[in-house]
Amino acid sequence: MKLSNTRKLPVGTQYLLSLLPVLVVSLICFSFKDIIGYEEVALILLMTVSVVAMLFEILPVLLAAVLSAVIWNFFFIPPLYTFNIDNTEDLLMFLLYFLIALVNAVLTFKIREAEKKARDKEEKEKELELYNTLLNSLSHELRTPIAAIIGSVDMLQESVQKLSAENHAELLNEIEIAANRLNRQVENILNMSRLESGMLQPKMDWTDMNELVNSAIQKLLSVNHQFIFQNNDTLPLFRLDSGLTAQILDNLLHNAVQYTPPNTRIGIDVEHQAENCVITVSDTGNGFPVEEIALVFDKFYRLPNTKTGGTGLGLSIVKGFAEAQKGMVKLENNQKGGAKFTIEIPAETSYLNNLKNE
Amino acid sequence: MNKAEILIIDDEPQIRKLLEITLESNDYKVLQAQTGKEGLIQAASHPPELILLDIGLPDKSGHEILKELRQWYNKSIIILSVQNNETDIVTALDNGATDYLSKPFRSAELLARIRSAIRRNQSTNNTSVVDAGDLQIDLVARTVKKNNELLKVTSTEFNIISLFARNEGRVLTHRFILKEIWGVGYQTETQYLRVFVGSLRKKIEENPNNPLHIVTESGVGYRFQ
Repeated sequence: MKLSNTRKLPVGTQYLLSLLPVLVVSLICFSFKDIIGYEEVALILLMTVSVVAMLFEILPVLLAAVLSAVIWNFFFIPPLYTFNIDNTEDLLMFLLYFLIALVNAVLTFKIREAEKKARDKEEKEKELELYNTLLNSLSHELRTPIAAIIGSVDMLQESVQKLSAENHAELLNEIEIAANRLNRQVENILNMSRLESGMLQPKMDWTDMNELVNSAIQKLLSVNHQFIFQNNDTLPLFRLDSGLTAQILDNLLHNAVQYTPPNTRIGIDVEHQAENCVITVSDTGNGFPVEEIALVFDKFYRLPNTKTGGTGLGLSIVKGFAEAQKGMVKLENNQKGGAKFTIEIPAETSYLNNLKNE
Repeated sequence: MNKAEILIIDDEPQIRKLLEITLESNDYKVLQAQTGKEGLIQAASHPPELILLDIGLPDKSGHEILKELRQWYNKSIIILSVQNNETDIVTALDNGATDYLSKPFRSAELLARIRSAIRRNQSTNNTSVVDAGDLQIDLVARTVKKNNELLKVTSTEFNIISLFARNEGRVLTHRFILKEIWGVGYQTETQYLRVFVGSLRKKIEENPNNPLHIVTESGVGYRFQ
């Protein structure tokens, strides 16, 4: 049990745990009462009450303080085993003890409260800051393409005569690029909310992974990157959610195209290993800084100093969609450089490929 | 020749405007309705050549409109849906929709779908040879030719490609194909379909990894073109 959690214990337990140390310490002092003077016992008991004050709520602590004063009076201040105090000095000391024990309890409690408040405030501020950063980046990512669309349309509407045919075509092209970018971002946000709603039910269907990979590659044809994929003819059909899996692959390939230098080779491989469909996507780019690897699947996380144009959702959707199918994703750097993503999805298989075909 | 009439049933004015411009500049006559109810009345009073139906209408669900239309209207109905809504699309296709388009769609795609759907309205269905680019499928002689060379196809493969050929340009759901080829008990056995489509592609496609004849409509079915 963590010390900081002691205040969350049930009240009864807190009373018990506050009083117990006082009783135990008193008992120990009592057995050594021939060696230790009763004035020292007062200090030892005060210390005990201070420790208790650090751990529990105010009422149990006050009770412990009162109990310690009573015990000290009854068992230690002469005459023993009475509440009477003969000596004026002892009486003063008892009253002082009582006062110090109470003040001690109250002060410790107050300090703790103040600390807690400060910590809460700090946490809240941090959360707010994170939220603002995310909102800013998301708003930036959504508004940039919208700005491009509105700006291009304005130019097309107002400056028709001034525009060269080339610029005219370019503006139209800009609108198309911006609309596609917006579409992809909305898609990502919708996918993320599907994941967060917890309502995502994978729709299992027999899937030809060779076909799925080929069509993902066709969809993303990039002039600057080279995709390498060899059909694996020994592959069975896998029973998995082909839509989610296609999205996983699409996001990984899109990510590789976006964040690796031109002419990077992106290799895709699918294998059947121990009841799993194992997909790897590896590239010959720069890889990931090792200290960032654990963070890249976090929602909205983006590597420091990456170019704009992403929402930080792509890889967290990859992870979410893999986990929705009871699978997992792993990222490591290749020994020769570049990143390597591995997706493992447990799936039934069918070797119907060998079906008699007549 | 009279212009073919197309009825648009969609509650979004922007989409209606876009469709109107696209279709009118391609020589179609456009009729519009912004609610399902209005659409039903318009279709009944003046049956169009083709209906573009938004599946997410505010007053009545597009699915209900589709069912009501299908009780008497037997020309093409193309469904407009939003992306990633395969369940909706499959339901609509199983309820008699001819084809579907996901928003956002490209105009070229829209026009191609409309042309192919209208062609099907007018075809008398007695052609025995279907021409699809470099492929000729002879439904009577049960042969498939690619670049005038006879291909060796098995009997099941031929049944599948002839089903595709008779529905050229149209998306067929997995359920529908499985029922037509293997019968009612096999409607969920998609693994059969995957295997035979795979083997067919190896024979008829120039590049089986980028099929141009048998196109996968993810989560929905296949389209032959």
